[in-house]
Amino acid sequence: MPEKRIVRIKVRRQDGPTANETQRWEEFAVEWHPQMNIISALMEIQKNPVTADGKKVPPVVWESCCLEEVCGACTMIINGKVRQACSTLIDKISPNGETITIEPMSKFPLVRDLIVDRSRMFEDLKRVKAWIHLDGSHELGPGPRQSQENQEEAYPLSRCMTCGCCLEACPQVGPGSDFIGPAAINQVRLFNLHPSGKMHAAERLEALMGPGGVADCGKAQNCVEVCPKEIPLVDSIASVSRQTTKHLLFGWLLK
Amino acid sequence: MAQKSSIVTESGKVRRVIVVGGGLAGLMTVIKLCEAGIPVDLFSLVPVKRSHSVCAQGGINASVNTKGEGDSPEVHLEETAYGGDFLANQPPIKGMTYAAPGIVYMLDRMGVPFNRTPEGLLDFRRFGGTLYHRTAFAGATTGQQLLYALDEQVRRYETVDVEDARGVVIRGEKMVRKWELWDFLGLVLDDEGRARGIVAQDLKTMAIEAFRGDAVCLATGGPGMIFGKSTNSVINTGTAASAAYQAGACYANGEFIQVHPTAIPGADKLRLISESVRGEGGRIWVPKDPKERRRGRDVPEKERDYFLEAKYPGYGNLVPRDIASRELFLKCFHEGRGVFNPKSGKNELEVYLDVTHLPKDLLRKKLAGVLEIYEKFVGEDPYENPMRIFPAVHYSMGGLWVDFEKSADGKLVVGSPRNQATNIPGLYAAGEVDYQYHGANRLGANSLLSCIYGGMVAGPAIASYVKNLKTSSFDLKSSIFDKAAKREQDRYDAILKMDGKENPYVLHQELAQVMLRDCTIERHNDVLDKVIAKIDELEDRWHDIGVPDTTPRANQGAQFVRHLRNMLVIARVIATGARNRDESRGAHYKPDFKQRDDENWLRTTMAFYQTDGKRSAVNFVRSFDYTMLDKTIHVTDAVDVSLVKPRPRRYEQAGAASAAAKGAVDGGAAQKPKEQSTTATAE
Repeated sequence: MPEKRIVRIKVRRQDGPTANETQRWEEFAVEWHPQMNIISALMEIQKNPVTADGKKVPPVVWESCCLEEVCGACTMIINGKVRQACSTLIDKISPNGETITIEPMSKFPLVRDLIVDRSRMFEDLKRVKAWIHLDGSHELGPGPRQSQENQEEAYPLSRCMTCGCCLEACPQVGPGSDFIGPAAINQVRLFNLHPSGKMHAAERLEALMGPGGVADCGKAQNCVEVCPKEIPLVDSIASVSRQTTKHLLFGWLLK
Repeated sequence: MAQKSSIVTESGKVRRVIVVGGGLAGLMTVIKLCEAGIPVDLFSLVPVKRSHSVCAQGGINASVNTKGEGDSPEVHLEETAYGGDFLANQPPIKGMTYAAPGIVYMLDRMGVPFNRTPEGLLDFRRFGGTLYHRTAFAGATTGQQLLYALDEQVRRYETVDVEDARGVVIRGEKMVRKWELWDFLGLVLDDEGRARGIVAQDLKTMAIEAFRGDAVCLATGGPGMIFGKSTNSVINTGTAASAAYQAGACYANGEFIQVHPTAIPGADKLRLISESVRGEGGRIWVPKDPKERRRGRDVPEKERDYFLEAKYPGYGNLVPRDIASRELFLKCFHEGRGVFNPKSGKNELEVYLDVTHLPKDLLRKKLAGVLEIYEKFVGEDPYENPMRIFPAVHYSMGGLWVDFEKSADGKLVVGSPRNQATNIPGLYAAGEVDYQYHGANRLGANSLLSCIYGGMVAGPAIASYVKNLKTSSFDLKSSIFDKAAKREQDRYDAILKMDGKENPYVLHQELAQVMLRDCTIERHNDVLDKVIAKIDELEDRWHDIGVPDTTPRANQGAQFVRHLRNMLVIARVIATGARNRDESRGAHYKPDFKQRDDENWLRTTMAFYQTDGKRSAVNFVRSFDYTMLDKTIHVTDAVDVSLVKPRPRRYEQAGAASAAAKGAVDGGAAQKPKEQSTTATAE
């Protein structure tokens, strides 16, 4: 019989945002199984919430939903890198049984353990008016015709799942800065591309022209490195940046 | 006397409707309510943008006939009824298929990046159970794109002020208030049994609160987690539907659980590989030699068994899901002809799904999103190697019973308060949580459609209900809300005090094992008796749980104990319904009763909750009465098959599913509904 393979996981835990005294690392040893990912490892801890040194603890809490990297819920910092827990396969990151570390994202308020509060990202979508201003849901016939090229440009941008990786990785986002971050800027590019969305382009650009707007990007380009959906975020920032400059210089002419 | 205004009460308070669930059905209901001028409180277990609708991949059906194939809503109606093995009421299907082109156009206007034709029109592809190109799609992440479009519209309503009848802004009140990361615990019912609000729990602080609503709509999705690993998201425990059922709502056709033929086996979930892969030309096969040791890509064409194409030349790889799943199961489980694994020396429960013969450019443009999932989670390149897949639990055709009012032309009366209404006055349901549109088996790409259509119907229905309500919930005394909140608080406190020896996650695993093994593709009565006995045992052991967590914040352990109990209750509805139905129809297949038996079983299974305080029980009824705005409505289990006469399914013949609309069946579609339908054969 081959020896049981053990996966070692160190989790940074804290009971609540103000409960600093409860901040701690706990190490768990769970039995390896085929196709194991971070989520299925955490699920094993739920079934037997005992640390590697035999202490019974409350199970680790985390956010997750679809487990196939389309919902954006399970973002965490795994071995120092921000990513989705569901698509992090144990065999890939710990081929020789190396201990895996898991931490919550640091740029958002902590809720508990690995859960953080990302509601600011949804508020930002309101700020930039990331929607088509529809007349109503009643029947008004098809939308505007669009070329295949336009669809192929828009579709990758619209796959943003508000997971927060780009904000976490951005050196400009953090306490003491109100930079809106790449995700919302990318949405402005997306809606300003759409034939009906374009009609309200100015409002979106103006939302990004003040403090915390697109000009606060420091061009570190970390965002595009960590985006799990490989959205061309740097291109989006450059495109929106050009649009705001144009709007600043010539926008008054159009009024 | 109805209320004067649907915006403010007699005493001047803003009236709201509660929608629970922020997937496609919930969001569409919210949009329709807002358009009717009714403010909404929207509750969701997760931020709505993360709802399970994101997982839908392949597309949404609408018979626009852009390819000039002669497709029409009438054909779509017939194929949906036929695919569902005639268990669905047909007027709601007709309403849906005729509304479908308008729905897709609306989504197009909302900015969904649908794939395009060279002319700039919407592109459509093929899906299961049809020969027509009827499915609009945005790459292979259509559900995500549709959800985002509706989410954006609802977000806009979060910024829109409530105005009174004269157009004066009511300060501080927005059309939509979102309560994200809140768990639905139960309904608030008044003395007449009318839904007046809900009790919900904040999943961060664990605070429990009662909320008033002039009506409540559940759009909370399916119960896939009962089967443990499935294609469903982890939030799909069916907890809200179960709570409503326990409060007296009827649960219908629970035994009809769809198993999707193509998913990737995984440790934490079974990830869906969309039917669109076959719609674009993907082929299913196993090696002819059961001991074939070569990799899939190295097996020559003539040594491959394309078994679906061989047995069903008419629809081939696009036979409906119930049939495809049974054939895959037969091949792997009974014939032992799954892909051979030289390492383990056995035939795995896997068959090949092959797209390697298709142009890479087409795959990238139309299927990248789903092929990327395979690549990420299996670690193999599906552009070069045939994928290895197996069936997985996917969708519940059954759900909360909802009513409909039929119009003269066989569709639904728009704005009737009966549409999407459950038997609890003031409680509505839409989306996968209802039982209405798919009968015994759902066709691919009809779920996104039924979710949105359900919301489009529920919104105006609720608006009519609210307008005709005598007393607003916002003018009722607070005692019924306080009482309901206390009831749920007591239940939660009792869970926190549970100090037995069972771990809830382990109990869930045990439930899932039997449900998955014994209550899915093939069902045997003696085995189902054991499943029900197991549910008895698990319900007893539930009382002996030791709550794994007593932390006051974000306590997922205590929450799961509650969801587990609710899952056990619905598991019993599913298993008992399956035990009783001695026939084979759609997804429900009993090898001992291979025939479809229209004489005895062309009827809706209607379940009501019973309990002795310890265990749950199911009370199946053939009819019941419910009250809609002071009118008593009599409901029976008869299925409305007035539009497409039931006939045996014959997917081996091309065009069999659309034969009536095309005039190839005697007497056409519904010209002779008088004829008694006879016992038919399931394949």
